[in-house]
Amino acid sequence: MSVTPPPLLSVSELCVHFAVRRGVIPRPTATVRAVDGVSLQLGPGETLGLVGESGCGKTTLGKAIVRLLKPVSGSIHFAGTDISTLRQRELRPLRRNFQMMFQDPAESLDPRMSVCAIIEEPLIIHGLGDRQQRRVEVNGLLDRVGLPAAAGDRYPFEFSGGQRQRIGIARALALKPKLIVCDEPVSALDVSVQSQILNLLVELQRDFGLSYLFIAHDLSVVKHVSDRVAVMYLGKIVELAAAETIYRDPRHAYTKALLAAIPSHDPRYRSARPLLEGDVPSPIDPPSGSAFGHRMKHPRYEESIEADLSMREIAPGHWVAVDPCCVSDEDLATLRGG
Amino acid sequence: MSSHFENLLEVEKLITSFETDRGMLRAVDQVSFSVPQGKTVGIVGESGCGKSVTAMSIVRLLPQPSGRILGGHVHFKGQDLVRASDRDLRRIRGGEIGVIFQEPMTALNPVHRVGRQLAEVFRIHRQASKREAWEAALEMMHRVRIPDPERRMMDYPHQLSGGMRQRIVIALALACKPALVIADEPTTALDVTVQAQILELIKSLQQEMGMSVILITHDLGVIAETCDEVVVMYAGRVVERAAAVELFEHPLHAYTQGLLRSIPTLEMPSKSVLATIPGMVAGLAEHTHGCRFCQRMGHRDSRTAERPRIEEVTPGHWVETCPKCYQVP
Repeated sequence: MSVTPPPLLSVSELCVHFAVRRGVIPRPTATVRAVDGVSLQLGPGETLGLVGESGCGKTTLGKAIVRLLKPVSGSIHFAGTDISTLRQRELRPLRRNFQMMFQDPAESLDPRMSVCAIIEEPLIIHGLGDRQQRRVEVNGLLDRVGLPAAAGDRYPFEFSGGQRQRIGIARALALKPKLIVCDEPVSALDVSVQSQILNLLVELQRDFGLSYLFIAHDLSVVKHVSDRVAVMYLGKIVELAAAETIYRDPRHAYTKALLAAIPSHDPRYRSARPLLEGDVPSPIDPPSGSAFGHRMKHPRYEESIEADLSMREIAPGHWVAVDPCCVSDEDLATLRGG
Repeated sequence: MSSHFENLLEVEKLITSFETDRGMLRAVDQVSFSVPQGKTVGIVGESGCGKSVTAMSIVRLLPQPSGRILGGHVHFKGQDLVRASDRDLRRIRGGEIGVIFQEPMTALNPVHRVGRQLAEVFRIHRQASKREAWEAALEMMHRVRIPDPERRMMDYPHQLSGGMRQRIVIALALACKPALVIADEPTTALDVTVQAQILELIKSLQQEMGMSVILITHDLGVIAETCDEVVVMYAGRVVERAAAVELFEHPLHAYTQGLLRSIPTLEMPSKSVLATIPGMVAGLAEHTHGCRFCQRMGHRDSRTAERPRIEEVTPGHWVETCPKCYQVP
């Protein structure tokens, strides 16, 4: 998948598997293929949105990219270096370039550390500046995320959800990273506060040229912040395109189903929509072939078991899985022909 | 307010307080609204606005001993539930008023099979025999469209997916064909795809069984999708209520307008600046005068020192007429 200029992040055929252990003496009995052959690229200053139902592997992919998890295979090139196989010691100097922001700021901030100490900690770990310089840096960060300087001496519990998320952002920014993986950054927030945080993230991106991998289940939010959007289903990306394109012209049946499920925001136009049946399947021993075709009980499911379901470009920059169950015959011909 | 015959439920100046270390805090501060027969009324607002406490006050399921209803009336089928005996209330809860809770995992008993939990409702409220209760439970499982219900009856809650569990909770709430169902954030814990299924299910069951629904949510999309009437709450008070179409088209209170504007929609250009409401959601407070939303916005005006009155400004459209927050249509 090509992006110009050269990508900041290039993930290729990434797999993250977990062993399921059962029994009195725990032994691996099955494998969860949480991320199963994902490739994507992210340019500098770009936001790639990642959507999908819970359990589809979005968070696992995000954690693997910042190497909080170790992939079993595939590569993660960050600014030219493959970080997928590096040891912790080798990773440490690189870590300041990619940071992660979590969903629940109440759980991701140490309750016994002052706000100042929380934001300063990454600077200390990476040995940046002396005490005085760090203090100046922290105050600058607090100001940048819209918190008063006095907030530094207080503790996380003294803040509301939105303010805590601002603290989380300040901590992620402390090392001046190039990439921030945002894992559901606004889903725990009230709508009026959510819009404040979204505006802040967009503003910071503009000012610092940040790249975001933006993971969320709210498709309207993802559309709002993203340049491109990847749709994930059961450990695989099934469609990837410019944000406008994916919402205007979805080609994969799963993308269409997700979009149809968004509630309308006008009571005069309630959707009479084709509803997706069934639940998200378990990633433990997933069906071979088209996973979504399997859920839909698609007549061409058998055909998909043998087929090559890899991603191909249907139009410049618009990638779709070649899946006989999930794309139209016309698209299938184009994808297979090209 | 329209006549008593059309309205199944009328909540009138309801006040609910919690006793805390900081004194008596008002979670619900003189809330009034009504639920017409067969309609869906949405209560929307941000966390801590009192929407859930309002709903739980209706069936008097408040945390004890701290929660207390201090005033007001809840008229339901000729009875004031605020003053009803505990015995009457036990009959009404689950019998005539069903409740769907947000988190199905905590609403279900983890150590009993779901079939048994469902059958129990019929044993208690319908004095059914074991066999009849089991049959009725099975019928309910069909109704909420659980695939392979005979087998699912034997499952424990943890063996079911989130969507399936919520279907069981809905089956429990609807088992006795209640006249009113209170659904407290029924889809918040679910994926959008499953949310759509559950909303569709509630809608179709409502049509089949002719019940009224109170739907509590923070999601205006869910409101737009399902509700006939909407009650917007802020800091324990109703700031606006109207028919859904009217409210989305002509929001008259600054808070409703702010909420509607701050949601990103698919039509907006990417990365455009979203409207925001400054400050943060108001916490619970002791009984206060003045307009709570003005307090959030930092408006200081002698005219807003008094609590604004809620008035019917156009037929069926009620707004708190704060001189700062209310826009004359």
